[in-house]
Amino acid sequence: MNKNWPLWEIFVRSKNGLEHRHFGSLHAADAEMALENARDVYTRRSEGVSIWVVESKYITASNPEHNGELFEPAQDKVYRHPTFYDLPDDVKHM
Amino acid sequence: MKNESENNSSLSLEEIFEQRIANDEKIEPKDWMPEKYRKTHIRQISQHAHSEIVGMLPEGNWITRAPSLRRKVALLAKVQDEAGHGLYLYSACETLGVSREELYEQLHSGKAKYSSIFNYPTITWADMGAIGWLVDGAAIINQVPLCNTSYGPYARAMVRVCKEESFHQRQGFEIMLTLCKGTEVQKQMAQDALNRWWWPALMMLGPTDDVSVHTEQSMKWKLKRKTNDELRQQFIDQTVPQADILGLTIPDPDLKWNEKTGHYDFGEINWDEFWQVVKGHGPCNKERMDARVGAWERGTWVRDAAMAYAEKQQNRKENAAKAV
Ligand SMILES: [Fe+2]
Ligand SMILES: [Fe+2]
Ligand SMILES: [Fe+2]
Repeated sequence: MNKNWPLWEIFVRSKNGLEHRHFGSLHAADAEMALENARDVYTRRSEGVSIWVVESKYITASNPEHNGELFEPAQDKVYRHPTFYDLPDDVKHM
Repeated sequence: MKNESENNSSLSLEEIFEQRIANDEKIEPKDWMPEKYRKTHIRQISQHAHSEIVGMLPEGNWITRAPSLRRKVALLAKVQDEAGHGLYLYSACETLGVSREELYEQLHSGKAKYSSIFNYPTITWADMGAIGWLVDGAAIINQVPLCNTSYGPYARAMVRVCKEESFHQRQGFEIMLTLCKGTEVQKQMAQDALNRWWWPALMMLGPTDDVSVHTEQSMKWKLKRKTNDELRQQFIDQTVPQADILGLTIPDPDLKWNEKTGHYDFGEINWDEFWQVVKGHGPCNKERMDARVGAWERGTWVRDAAMAYAEKQQNRKENAAKAV
Protein backbone atom coordinates (compact mmCIF):
# COMPACT_ATOMS: atom_id res chain seq x y z
CA MET A 1 0.00 0.00 0.00
CA ASN A 2 2.62 2.49 1.19
CA LYS A 3 0.74 5.70 1.81
CA ASN A 4 2.74 8.07 3.94
CA TRP A 5 1.25 9.72 6.97
CA PRO A 6 0.54 13.38 6.25
CA LEU A 7 2.25 16.28 8.00
CA TRP A 8 0.47 18.27 10.74
CA GLU A 9 1.32 21.63 12.29
CA ILE A 10 1.08 21.72 16.05
CA PHE A 11 -0.06 24.71 18.11
CA VAL A 12 0.10 24.64 21.91
CA ARG A 13 -1.38 26.92 24.57
CA SER A 14 1.17 26.92 27.41
CA LYS A 15 -1.34 28.07 30.00
CA ASN A 16 -4.75 29.66 30.11
CA GLY A 17 -4.50 33.33 29.34
CA LEU A 18 -1.91 32.79 26.60
CA GLU A 19 -2.54 32.19 22.90
CA HIS A 20 -1.76 28.98 21.07
CA ARG A 21 1.73 29.17 19.63
CA HIS A 22 3.28 27.18 16.77
CA PHE A 23 5.51 24.46 18.29
CA GLY A 24 6.53 22.43 15.25
CA SER A 25 5.13 19.66 13.11
CA LEU A 26 4.77 15.90 13.05
CA HIS A 27 3.35 13.07 10.97
CA ALA A 28 0.13 11.25 11.86
CA ALA A 29 -2.53 9.25 10.07
CA ASP A 30 -5.41 11.42 11.29
CA ALA A 31 -6.25 14.34 13.56
CA GLU A 32 -6.75 12.19 16.61
CA MET A 33 -3.37 10.57 16.25
CA ALA A 34 -1.81 13.97 15.58
CA LEU A 35 -3.18 15.16 18.93
CA GLU A 36 -1.85 12.11 20.74
CA ASN A 37 1.56 12.36 19.10
CA ALA A 38 1.70 16.09 19.80
CA ARG A 39 1.06 15.35 23.46
CA ASP A 40 4.07 12.98 23.50
CA VAL A 41 6.39 15.01 21.31
CA TYR A 42 5.76 18.57 22.46
CA THR A 43 4.33 18.45 25.99
CA ARG A 44 6.36 15.89 27.96
CA ARG A 45 7.07 18.43 30.69
CA SER A 46 3.70 20.14 31.13
CA GLU A 47 4.41 22.65 28.36
CA GLY A 48 0.74 22.87 27.45
CA VAL A 49 -2.88 22.87 28.51
CA SER A 50 -4.41 22.80 25.03
CA ILE A 51 -3.32 21.58 21.60
CA TRP A 52 -4.49 22.45 18.09
CA VAL A 53 -3.48 20.34 15.11
CA VAL A 54 -3.91 21.46 11.50
CA GLU A 55 -2.92 19.42 8.50
CA SER A 56 -0.05 21.37 6.95
CA LYS A 57 -1.57 21.38 3.46
CA TYR A 58 -4.41 23.60 4.73
CA ILE A 59 -2.08 26.42 5.75
CA THR A 60 -1.63 29.21 3.23
CA ALA A 61 1.50 31.24 3.89
CA SER A 62 2.48 34.64 2.53
CA ASN A 63 5.52 34.72 0.32
CA PRO A 64 8.51 36.64 1.74
CA GLU A 65 9.20 37.92 -1.79
CA HIS A 66 6.00 39.95 -1.52
CA ASN A 67 6.91 41.37 1.89
CA GLY A 68 7.45 44.76 0.31
CA GLU A 69 3.96 45.24 -1.06
CA LEU A 70 2.39 43.49 1.94
CA PHE A 71 4.12 45.16 4.85
CA GLU A 72 5.90 48.28 3.70
CA PRO A 73 2.74 50.42 3.27
CA ALA A 74 2.43 50.33 7.08
CA GLN A 75 5.78 52.03 7.48
CA ASP A 76 4.75 55.49 6.28
CA LYS A 77 1.55 55.54 8.32
CA VAL A 78 3.13 56.99 11.41
CA TYR A 79 -0.19 58.66 12.29
CA ARG A 80 -1.34 55.25 13.50
CA HIS A 81 0.97 55.59 16.48
CA PRO A 82 0.19 57.70 19.57
CA THR A 83 3.59 59.43 19.46
CA PHE A 84 2.58 61.14 16.18
CA TYR A 85 0.33 63.56 18.08
CA ASP A 86 1.86 66.57 19.81
CA LEU A 87 0.22 67.49 23.08
CA PRO A 88 1.34 69.92 25.79
CA ASP A 89 3.22 68.31 28.68
CA ASP A 90 0.61 69.29 31.24
CA VAL A 91 -2.04 67.10 29.65
CA LYS A 92 -2.10 64.08 31.98
CA HIS A 93 -3.52 60.56 31.64
CA MET A 94 -3.33 60.48 27.86
CA MET B 1 13.86 50.15 5.85
CA LYS B 2 13.06 51.38 2.37
CA ASN B 3 16.36 53.19 2.12
CA GLU B 4 18.20 50.11 3.18
CA SER B 5 16.77 48.01 0.38
CA GLU B 6 17.60 50.77 -2.12
CA ASN B 7 21.20 50.77 -0.93
CA ASN B 8 21.18 47.01 -1.31
CA SER B 9 20.13 47.11 -4.94
CA SER B 10 23.72 46.82 -6.14
CA LEU B 11 24.27 43.67 -4.07
CA SER B 12 23.50 40.17 -5.30
CA LEU B 13 20.80 38.08 -3.63
CA GLU B 14 23.54 36.03 -2.07
CA GLU B 15 25.37 39.05 -0.68
CA ILE B 16 22.16 40.36 0.87
CA PHE B 17 21.57 36.92 2.33
CA GLU B 18 25.04 36.74 3.89
CA GLN B 19 24.58 40.25 5.24
CA ARG B 20 21.34 39.29 6.95
CA ILE B 21 23.07 36.42 8.73
CA ALA B 22 25.99 38.63 9.71
CA ASN B 23 23.43 41.03 11.25
CA ASP B 24 22.07 38.13 13.32
CA GLU B 25 18.82 38.00 11.37
CA LYS B 26 17.19 34.57 11.19
CA ILE B 27 16.46 32.78 7.93
CA GLU B 28 12.97 31.27 7.77
CA PRO B 29 11.75 28.40 5.54
CA LYS B 30 10.17 30.43 2.73
CA ASP B 31 13.01 32.97 2.51
CA TRP B 32 15.32 32.88 -0.46
CA MET B 33 18.51 30.97 0.33
CA PRO B 34 21.52 29.79 -1.66
CA GLU B 35 21.25 26.14 -2.72
CA LYS B 36 24.41 25.38 -0.79
CA TYR B 37 22.89 26.74 2.41
CA ARG B 38 19.84 24.54 1.93
CA LYS B 39 21.90 21.43 1.18
CA THR B 40 24.34 21.96 4.03
CA HIS B 41 21.48 22.45 6.46
CA ILE B 42 19.60 19.39 5.25
CA ARG B 43 22.77 17.38 5.72
CA GLN B 44 23.63 18.70 9.17
CA ILE B 45 20.10 18.75 10.61
CA SER B 46 19.25 15.29 9.31
CA GLN B 47 22.55 13.88 10.55
CA HIS B 48 21.71 15.34 13.91
CA ALA B 49 18.18 13.84 13.80
CA HIS B 50 19.53 10.41 12.80
CA SER B 51 21.97 10.55 15.73
CA GLU B 52 19.15 11.17 18.19
CA ILE B 53 17.15 8.25 16.75
CA VAL B 54 20.02 5.74 16.55
CA GLY B 55 21.22 7.03 19.93
CA MET B 56 18.16 5.46 21.54
CA LEU B 57 19.39 1.96 20.73
CA PRO B 58 22.44 1.61 23.01
CA GLU B 59 20.44 2.86 25.99
CA GLY B 60 17.24 1.05 25.10
CA ASN B 61 19.35 -2.05 25.64
CA TRP B 62 19.25 -1.48 29.43
CA ILE B 63 15.70 -0.28 30.08
CA THR B 64 14.39 -3.71 31.02
CA ARG B 65 17.40 -4.38 33.25
CA ALA B 66 17.69 -1.08 35.11
CA PRO B 67 18.59 -1.83 38.74
CA SER B 68 15.64 -0.01 40.33
CA LEU B 69 12.31 1.49 39.40
CA ARG B 70 13.78 4.98 39.90
CA ARG B 71 16.56 4.27 37.39
CA LYS B 72 14.11 2.64 35.02
CA VAL B 73 11.67 5.56 34.79
CA ALA B 74 14.59 7.97 34.40
CA LEU B 75 16.20 5.97 31.60
CA LEU B 76 12.87 5.47 29.89
CA ALA B 77 12.19 9.22 30.05
CA LYS B 78 15.64 9.99 28.70
CA VAL B 79 15.29 7.62 25.77
CA GLN B 80 11.84 9.06 25.06
CA ASP B 81 13.40 12.55 25.05
CA GLU B 82 15.91 11.41 22.45
CA ALA B 83 13.04 10.23 20.25
CA GLY B 84 11.50 13.69 20.74
CA HIS B 85 14.79 15.36 19.76
CA GLY B 86 14.90 13.28 16.61
CA LEU B 87 11.36 14.34 15.77
CA TYR B 88 11.93 18.07 16.42
CA LEU B 89 14.94 17.91 14.15
CA TYR B 90 13.29 15.92 11.37
CA SER B 91 10.44 18.41 11.37
CA ALA B 92 12.92 21.33 11.18
CA CYS B 93 14.68 19.57 8.32
CA GLU B 94 11.46 19.01 6.39
CA THR B 95 10.90 22.79 6.25
CA LEU B 96 13.83 22.84 3.81
CA GLY B 97 11.81 20.89 1.27
CA VAL B 98 12.95 17.33 1.92
CA SER B 99 10.42 14.67 2.92
CA ARG B 100 10.58 12.43 5.97
CA GLU B 101 10.63 9.39 3.68
CA GLU B 102 13.69 10.68 1.85
CA LEU B 103 15.45 11.29 5.15
CA TYR B 104 14.67 7.81 6.45
CA GLU B 105 15.73 6.32 3.16
CA GLN B 106 19.10 8.12 3.42
CA LEU B 107 19.60 6.73 6.92
CA HIS B 108 18.48 3.21 6.09
CA SER B 109 20.55 2.94 2.93
CA GLY B 110 23.67 4.08 4.79
CA LYS B 111 23.95 7.22 2.66
CA ALA B 112 23.46 9.48 5.67
CA LYS B 113 25.75 9.42 8.68
CA TYR B 114 24.92 9.56 12.37
CA SER B 115 27.19 10.17 15.32
CA SER B 116 29.78 7.39 15.41
CA ILE B 117 29.65 7.11 19.22
CA PHE B 118 26.44 5.10 18.98
CA ASN B 119 28.31 2.27 17.27
CA TYR B 120 29.90 1.24 20.56
CA PRO B 121 28.27 -1.47 22.70
CA THR B 122 26.68 -0.95 26.12
CA ILE B 123 27.87 -4.00 28.02
CA THR B 124 27.30 -3.04 31.67
CA TRP B 125 24.87 -0.88 33.64
CA ALA B 126 27.72 1.59 34.25
CA ASP B 127 27.58 2.38 30.54
CA MET B 128 24.25 4.11 31.18
CA GLY B 129 26.07 6.34 33.63
CA ALA B 130 29.01 6.99 31.33
CA ILE B 131 26.78 7.78 28.35
CA GLY B 132 24.67 10.29 30.23
CA TRP B 133 27.69 11.92 31.80
CA LEU B 134 30.08 11.94 28.82
CA VAL B 135 28.06 11.49 25.63
CA ASP B 136 25.22 13.81 26.60
CA GLY B 137 27.85 16.08 28.15
CA ALA B 138 29.71 16.34 24.84
CA ALA B 139 26.39 16.73 23.00
CA ILE B 140 25.47 19.69 25.19
CA ILE B 141 28.78 21.39 24.38
CA ASN B 142 28.08 20.86 20.69
CA GLN B 143 24.46 21.95 20.87
CA VAL B 144 24.31 25.01 23.11
CA PRO B 145 25.92 27.28 20.46
CA LEU B 146 23.39 26.01 17.90
CA CYS B 147 20.54 27.68 19.81
CA ASN B 148 21.74 30.86 18.04
CA THR B 149 22.27 29.36 14.60
CA SER B 150 20.97 31.27 11.57
CA TYR B 151 18.22 28.91 10.40
CA GLY B 152 15.14 29.68 12.51
CA PRO B 153 13.53 26.21 12.70
CA TYR B 154 16.88 24.59 13.60
CA ALA B 155 17.60 27.20 16.28
CA ARG B 156 14.14 26.75 17.82
CA ALA B 157 14.49 22.96 17.85
CA MET B 158 17.87 23.30 19.54
CA VAL B 159 16.48 25.53 22.28
CA ARG B 160 13.98 22.81 23.16
CA VAL B 161 16.65 20.08 22.93
CA CYS B 162 19.10 21.93 25.16
CA LYS B 163 16.48 22.49 27.85
CA GLU B 164 16.00 18.73 28.04
CA GLU B 165 19.64 17.61 27.85
CA SER B 166 20.66 18.77 31.27
CA PHE B 167 18.57 16.11 33.00
CA HIS B 168 20.22 13.50 30.78
CA GLN B 169 23.68 14.41 31.92
CA ARG B 170 22.73 14.72 35.58
CA GLN B 171 21.01 11.34 35.71
CA GLY B 172 24.12 9.80 34.11
CA PHE B 173 26.46 11.43 36.59
CA GLU B 174 24.24 10.29 39.46
CA ILE B 175 24.51 6.68 38.23
CA MET B 176 28.31 7.02 38.18
CA LEU B 177 28.33 8.62 41.62
CA THR B 178 26.22 5.84 43.13
CA LEU B 179 28.48 3.16 41.64
CA CYS B 180 31.60 4.98 42.85
CA LYS B 181 30.23 5.12 46.39
CA GLY B 182 29.29 1.44 46.24
CA THR B 183 31.31 -1.76 46.54
CA GLU B 184 34.78 -2.15 45.06
CA VAL B 185 33.28 -4.17 42.20
CA GLN B 186 30.77 -1.42 41.44
CA LYS B 187 33.48 1.21 41.40
CA GLN B 188 35.51 -0.98 39.06
CA MET B 189 32.50 -1.16 36.80
CA ALA B 190 32.31 2.65 36.67
CA GLN B 191 36.04 2.92 35.94
CA ASP B 192 35.75 0.35 33.17
CA ALA B 193 32.90 2.30 31.57
CA LEU B 194 34.91 5.53 31.72
CA ASN B 195 37.87 3.71 30.16
CA ARG B 196 35.77 2.61 27.22
CA TRP B 197 33.77 5.84 26.66
CA TRP B 198 36.38 8.52 27.26
CA TRP B 199 38.12 8.44 23.88
CA PRO B 200 35.00 7.94 21.76
CA ALA B 201 33.47 10.92 23.63
CA LEU B 202 36.46 13.09 22.65
CA MET B 203 36.11 11.93 19.04
CA MET B 204 32.45 12.87 19.13
CA LEU B 205 33.43 16.54 18.97
CA GLY B 206 34.69 15.94 15.45
CA PRO B 207 37.99 15.77 13.55
CA THR B 208 40.76 18.20 14.46
CA ASP B 209 40.56 21.69 12.94
CA ASP B 210 43.36 21.07 10.44
CA VAL B 211 41.38 18.30 8.70
CA SER B 212 37.83 19.50 9.33
CA VAL B 213 36.43 20.53 5.94
CA HIS B 214 33.28 22.42 6.79
CA THR B 215 34.45 24.77 9.50
CA GLU B 216 34.88 28.10 7.70
CA GLN B 217 31.57 28.13 5.86
CA SER B 218 29.80 26.73 8.91
CA MET B 219 31.18 29.53 11.07
CA LYS B 220 29.78 32.11 8.65
CA TRP B 221 26.33 30.54 8.76
CA LYS B 222 26.53 30.14 12.54
CA LEU B 223 26.20 26.39 12.23
CA LYS B 224 29.34 26.49 14.32
CA ARG B 225 30.46 29.14 16.79
CA LYS B 226 33.60 27.38 18.03
CA THR B 227 35.96 24.98 16.27
CA ASN B 228 36.05 21.25 17.06
CA ASP B 229 39.34 21.62 18.92
CA GLU B 230 37.99 24.46 21.05
CA LEU B 231 34.89 22.45 21.91
CA ARG B 232 37.02 19.41 22.76
CA GLN B 233 39.25 21.45 25.04
CA GLN B 234 36.18 22.89 26.77
CA PHE B 235 34.79 19.38 27.27
CA ILE B 236 38.05 18.09 28.76
CA ASP B 237 38.51 21.11 31.01
CA GLN B 238 35.06 20.75 32.50
CA THR B 239 35.00 16.94 32.72
CA VAL B 240 38.31 16.25 34.43
CA PRO B 241 37.26 17.89 37.75
CA GLN B 242 34.01 15.88 37.58
CA ALA B 243 36.02 12.65 37.28
CA ASP B 244 38.00 13.76 40.34
CA ILE B 245 34.77 14.09 42.32
CA LEU B 246 33.88 10.54 41.32
CA GLY B 247 37.36 9.38 42.30
CA LEU B 248 37.88 7.88 38.85
CA THR B 249 40.98 8.04 36.65
CA ILE B 250 40.76 9.35 33.11
CA PRO B 251 42.44 6.77 30.87
CA ASP B 252 45.04 9.16 29.45
CA PRO B 253 48.58 9.05 30.88
CA ASP B 254 49.41 12.35 29.14
CA LEU B 255 46.55 14.25 30.72
CA LYS B 256 47.84 17.04 32.95
CA TRP B 257 46.99 20.58 33.96
CA ASN B 258 48.95 23.22 32.08
CA GLU B 259 49.53 26.24 34.29
CA LYS B 260 50.59 28.40 31.33
CA THR B 261 47.62 27.81 29.02
CA GLY B 262 45.06 27.40 31.79
CA HIS B 263 43.88 24.19 30.12
CA TYR B 264 44.49 20.46 30.37
CA ASP B 265 47.02 18.97 27.98
CA PHE B 266 45.91 15.61 26.68
CA GLY B 267 47.22 12.63 24.73
CA GLU B 268 46.97 11.63 21.10
CA ILE B 269 43.50 10.65 19.86
CA ASN B 270 43.33 7.49 17.76
CA TRP B 271 41.80 8.99 14.62
CA ASP B 272 42.23 5.75 12.69
CA GLU B 273 39.68 4.22 15.00
CA PHE B 274 37.36 7.18 14.47
CA TRP B 275 37.47 6.89 10.67
CA GLN B 276 37.05 3.12 10.84
CA VAL B 277 33.84 3.57 12.82
CA VAL B 278 32.61 6.38 10.55
CA LYS B 279 33.18 4.13 7.54
CA GLY B 280 31.00 1.44 9.08
CA HIS B 281 33.54 -0.81 10.77
CA GLY B 282 32.77 0.02 14.40
CA PRO B 283 31.79 -2.71 16.84
CA CYS B 284 28.02 -2.20 16.39
CA ASN B 285 27.41 -0.38 13.07
CA LYS B 286 25.69 -3.38 11.54
CA GLU B 287 23.69 -4.19 14.65
CA ARG B 288 22.42 -0.60 14.90
CA MET B 289 21.33 -0.41 11.28
CA ASP B 290 19.72 -3.85 11.41
CA ALA B 291 17.74 -2.79 14.48
CA ARG B 292 16.67 0.48 12.91
CA VAL B 293 15.77 -0.87 9.48
CA GLY B 294 14.14 -3.93 11.01
CA ALA B 295 11.91 -1.80 13.23
CA TRP B 296 10.91 0.32 10.24
CA GLU B 297 10.08 -2.68 8.10
CA ARG B 298 8.23 -4.57 10.80
CA GLY B 299 6.20 -1.42 11.40
CA THR B 300 4.99 -1.14 7.81
CA TRP B 301 1.71 -2.95 8.36
CA VAL B 302 0.97 -0.79 11.41
CA ARG B 303 1.50 2.43 9.46
CA ASP B 304 -0.64 1.08 6.61
CA ALA B 305 -3.38 -0.03 8.98
CA ALA B 306 -3.46 3.40 10.61
CA MET B 307 -3.86 5.05 7.21
CA ALA B 308 -6.60 2.60 6.18
CA TYR B 309 -8.43 3.27 9.44
CA ALA B 310 -8.11 7.05 9.00
CA GLU B 311 -9.53 6.81 5.48
CA LYS B 312 -12.41 4.63 6.63
CA GLN B 313 -13.31 7.10 9.38
CA GLN B 314 -13.11 9.97 6.90
CA ASN B 315 -15.40 8.20 4.44
CA ARG B 316 -17.89 7.43 7.19
CA LYS B 317 -18.00 11.05 8.22
CA GLU B 318 -18.56 12.18 4.63
CA ASN B 319 -21.30 9.62 4.04
CA ALA B 320 -23.03 10.58 7.28
CA ALA B 321 -22.93 14.22 6.20
CA LYS B 322 -24.42 13.33 2.80
CA ALA B 323 -27.21 11.30 4.47
CA VAL B 324 -28.42 14.31 6.46
FE1 LIG C 1 19.25 14.37 22.52
FE1 LIG D 1 21.49 15.73 20.47
FE1 LIG E 1 20.42 13.43 25.53
